[in-house]
Amino acid sequence: MSIVRIPPTLREEAGGERQVLAEGGTVREVLDDLAERYPALAARILDNGGIAPFVNVYVEGEDVRTREGLDTPVGDASTVILLPAMAGG
Amino acid sequence: MPTYREHLAQIKNEIEQIDSRALSETLAADSPPLLIDVREQDEWDEGHIPGAVHVPRGNLESRIERTAPDRSEQIVIYCAAGNRSAYAAKTLEELGYEHVSSLAPGYTGWKRDGFPTVLSRSLEPEQRRRYSRHLLIPEVGEAGQLKLLDSRVLLIGAGGLGSPASLYLAAAGVGTIGIVDADIVDETNLQRQIVHSTARLGEPKVRSAAETLEALNPDVKVVQFEERLTSENADRIMGAGWDVIVDGADNFPTRYLVNDASVWHDVPVVHGSIYRFEGQVTVFKPKEGPCYRCLFPQPPPPELAPSCAEGGVLGVLPGVIGSLQANETLKLALGIGNPLVGRLMLFDALTATFDEVALRRDPNCPVCGDSPTITEYIDYVEFCAGPTHA
Repeated sequence: MSIVRIPPTLREEAGGERQVLAEGGTVREVLDDLAERYPALAARILDNGGIAPFVNVYVEGEDVRTREGLDTPVGDASTVILLPAMAGG
Repeated sequence: MPTYREHLAQIKNEIEQIDSRALSETLAADSPPLLIDVREQDEWDEGHIPGAVHVPRGNLESRIERTAPDRSEQIVIYCAAGNRSAYAAKTLEELGYEHVSSLAPGYTGWKRDGFPTVLSRSLEPEQRRRYSRHLLIPEVGEAGQLKLLDSRVLLIGAGGLGSPASLYLAAAGVGTIGIVDADIVDETNLQRQIVHSTARLGEPKVRSAAETLEALNPDVKVVQFEERLTSENADRIMGAGWDVIVDGADNFPTRYLVNDASVWHDVPVVHGSIYRFEGQVTVFKPKEGPCYRCLFPQPPPPELAPSCAEGGVLGVLPGVIGSLQANETLKLALGIGNPLVGRLMLFDALTATFDEVALRRDPNCPVCGDSPTITEYIDYVEFCAGPTHA
């Protein structure tokens, strides 16, 4: 299981949680698992079967776009961070 | 018991002395010696030999190991007339320094004989008092403080982030602070925008900020831009010779304009953003790291981008993030430490935790990539991210 950090702008769609546990050995599997439990969240962060262009996904601090994208492996007890842009200042 | 004169003569016999011509020649050679001026501050302020390092006689013993870690290094010491430097040379020999000499005619003789001298810019006495806590830090010192006084920093936004950032930058003596903000001070601002106050309600934020900052530090000159950043004014405002831009904007269209201008004008941007209890800080440095578009090539839809007016923010959160932005700005201006280039720092006020993710430059970035596709400013139209009504 990995820990997925939900950004404040998406917490409503994730049942109000700051972080949730998810199953999956790759980013794709983890996001599919999330989509099943939180379909509203999936609607926000997925786009045409891939990650939406304005959401970044980090596994253990590394952007998955610099790794293998959706096929990036996610180890047990890894931290996955979802990061959309924040504008507030 | 010897007199001072006798003692001095004895010391001079025991050390090596050189004259102005010999010093001039050795300074021009391939490996010049370390030249130390041991006079008092006010003497140094009136002029010194080019290339000299200032270590007043009283601090010589405690500071020499930091100034000259290698005891086999060639060192020449001078004072006004060759007497204090003789004592200093003797002490350094006792400390194990192997190649020390004293300039016999001193600075007075050197100057009289027509050799070059230089007047350093140095701090005024009031500045030495005001910035004394900076001067005590080896990584800052007088040279660093003079750098700060010469620095030009532009702040986008005099709001939640701009308030603490501008206060700390002004306190630090950043000599020129530009502020871009078209808004006026509103009551809802005062829960967190600490550069303003109740007395300033209704005033333009740039004017309110200028009043606060110039009262805090008269060394600071605030340049006010009471306007909204757009494609029309971006070059005029952002291209005015800034050393660092501090992005404290509260909307995406501005942030993208700031980013694109910073890449085209080659100026680093210290980015900060906040929402409720969480904030982010990073430094976008052109050529060395990613830009904002490497991270987010396009703005998100309005539902994913609520502002503080819509979502709220804990008042102190921009204080933390804005202060971190000031910290990064000072590091960039001084050229010290490890700025957050390629690192996005995430702060969660509720759990009091910091996290970090790595940011990389995207070679396909539309603005800073190898084949840019965006070459002109874009005025994104912002829609309100409020609830839709039936």
